[in-house]
Amino acid sequence: MMRWLIAGVLALLVLAYPLLVDGLPVYQRLGALVLLAAIGASAWNIVGGYAGQVSVGHAVFFGFGAYAAVVVYTHLEWPPIAGAPIGMALSVLVAAVIGVPTLRLSGHYFSMATIAVGELVRVLSSTSEFLGGAQGLGGPAMPRSVFDLSFISAAPFYYIFLAVLVGLLGLTWWIEGSRMGFYLRAIKDSERAARSLGVSSGKYKLYAYMLSGAFTSLAGSLYLCMFGFVDPESGFGILISVKLVVMAALGGAGQLFGPLVGALILVPLEELSNSLLGGQGAGLTFVVYGAIILIIARFLPSGLLSLLERRKVRRAD
Amino acid sequence: MSLTLVQVIVSGLLLGAVYALFSSGLTLIWGMMNVVNFAHGDFVMLGMYSAVMVWTALGGGPFAAVPVAAMMIATLGVASYFLLVRHIMRGPMLAQILGTFGLALFLRYAAFWYFGANFKTLPDTLVGGSFSLGGIRFEGSRVLAGVMGLAITLALHLILTRTAVGSRMLAVSEDATAAQLMGIRPQRMQALAWAMAGAATGIAGALIANFFYTSPTVGETLAIIAFVTVSFGGFGSVLGALVAGLIIGVVESVSAYAIGPVYKDVVVYVLFVLVLWFRPQGLMGKA
Repeated sequence: MMRWLIAGVLALLVLAYPLLVDGLPVYQRLGALVLLAAIGASAWNIVGGYAGQVSVGHAVFFGFGAYAAVVVYTHLEWPPIAGAPIGMALSVLVAAVIGVPTLRLSGHYFSMATIAVGELVRVLSSTSEFLGGAQGLGGPAMPRSVFDLSFISAAPFYYIFLAVLVGLLGLTWWIEGSRMGFYLRAIKDSERAARSLGVSSGKYKLYAYMLSGAFTSLAGSLYLCMFGFVDPESGFGILISVKLVVMAALGGAGQLFGPLVGALILVPLEELSNSLLGGQGAGLTFVVYGAIILIIARFLPSGLLSLLERRKVRRAD
Repeated sequence: MSLTLVQVIVSGLLLGAVYALFSSGLTLIWGMMNVVNFAHGDFVMLGMYSAVMVWTALGGGPFAAVPVAAMMIATLGVASYFLLVRHIMRGPMLAQILGTFGLALFLRYAAFWYFGANFKTLPDTLVGGSFSLGGIRFEGSRVLAGVMGLAITLALHLILTRTAVGSRMLAVSEDATAAQLMGIRPQRMQALAWAMAGAATGIAGALIANFFYTSPTVGETLAIIAFVTVSFGGFGSVLGALVAGLIIGVVESVSAYAIGPVYKDVVVYVLFVLVLWFRPQGLMGKA
């Protein structure tokens, strides 16, 4: 009973948030950014958290989504959001191309191979005339219709991102309880044991990777709609890949709400650091940002949500 | 073979030896305790700043900078081991990424805050300019870095494979409990590995600073090269890192010469993925 009450109040708060901070555009924007980051990290969580395949190259998909959205505008004059399904379809294909050779690798080797592929794509994108080279590409400067999603306020983005996140978490929750969810967790615990019990681990890892890639691409397209600009560094940069991992791991990888919790902590910290970076003590806030990540890893190696688990265990005793 | 091509290969080999040197610390840690240090690039960066500081504060050249950087980064390595790595090494791989990435940001922005964002370079004249031998031009700073890189990486390999202390470290990496029953203290060996890795990394930084720009974010670029070199060669194998470093150095400079500088990294990454396709454990890694 108590649980449902808490969940209901939280849901209401989440829905009303942009109205609660009405007149404070910075906070509306912050809310939208948290949700966007949570979409990306939750998408990563499917393959990185549940299946335990730690990809550090998910910026490939993020960049594909962002570039797909801007390319349909630059070359076809479509609204950017129309590029989202194209980006997702392409990302599924790309995931298959990258996944088949790399998912055979185990542990750290897989992570390092995904880093290399990510860098490969970044370098290639910066030499591509079609993608605007190192300068990148910009979306519509002036909104032509409501489909361009150029809003002055961040509140509409907040609700769009919220809807996508709820859909993604719903899908993840469904997978969690499905046959595939059990397979993925079995693969994570011991791939050899899973295979000896008849789980086609290669197939399910690839499915998880393709699904994860598609939704990371969607996050990229949404990013472009909000920011209206992408270049090789902000689309395919290694920092994007690492941030997705760090957010999921900080909250709790392989848990439904882990990435959201991670985003709730890291995004505000980062925005605060960015806004202070110009002033005195430049860099100091990022030192604190690094220290916080470091301390959480030191004392809660399984992420913040493991605190709740501990409480549950204690109550059960 | 044309003289230009020889020149290109020689500079590739020199570069490769430096890659090997700053990757050997990473592979040592990786092989010893199965930890990926995402702050490795920032260790190199601090080694570079040590050289810059030795020059600006004391006017000292590389022979003063190398020992200072080695000591500073070895200390940093041991401190990271006792304060952070010791606690996260048995946790999930994600905790290691989280912790060492936090450390990377911490070090990177501490450098940013203390030294500022500006690029710093050491004067060209610090290491005897350049000379010509048989029609091939050598830059003093790169020759020094390449030769020392080769020597120190080989020394590290010999220490690990030919000495009693190396055997003890190997024993701990294979089975810490069994090693402890044989009277070896695992923590002491692991701390020693961090000290050795830190010293090698610091030396690499101090040598690179002579021909590369120094900035707080330079570590990110260098870390990617180190990751590729180490997995190319096989985790834990210093000799593997040396061979991989030399191959990558030569491939980079030949493809920069033959196809164009932008595509040198593309060739290296494609080669890397191909190697892992045929040898998932890297060139010299254990399966």
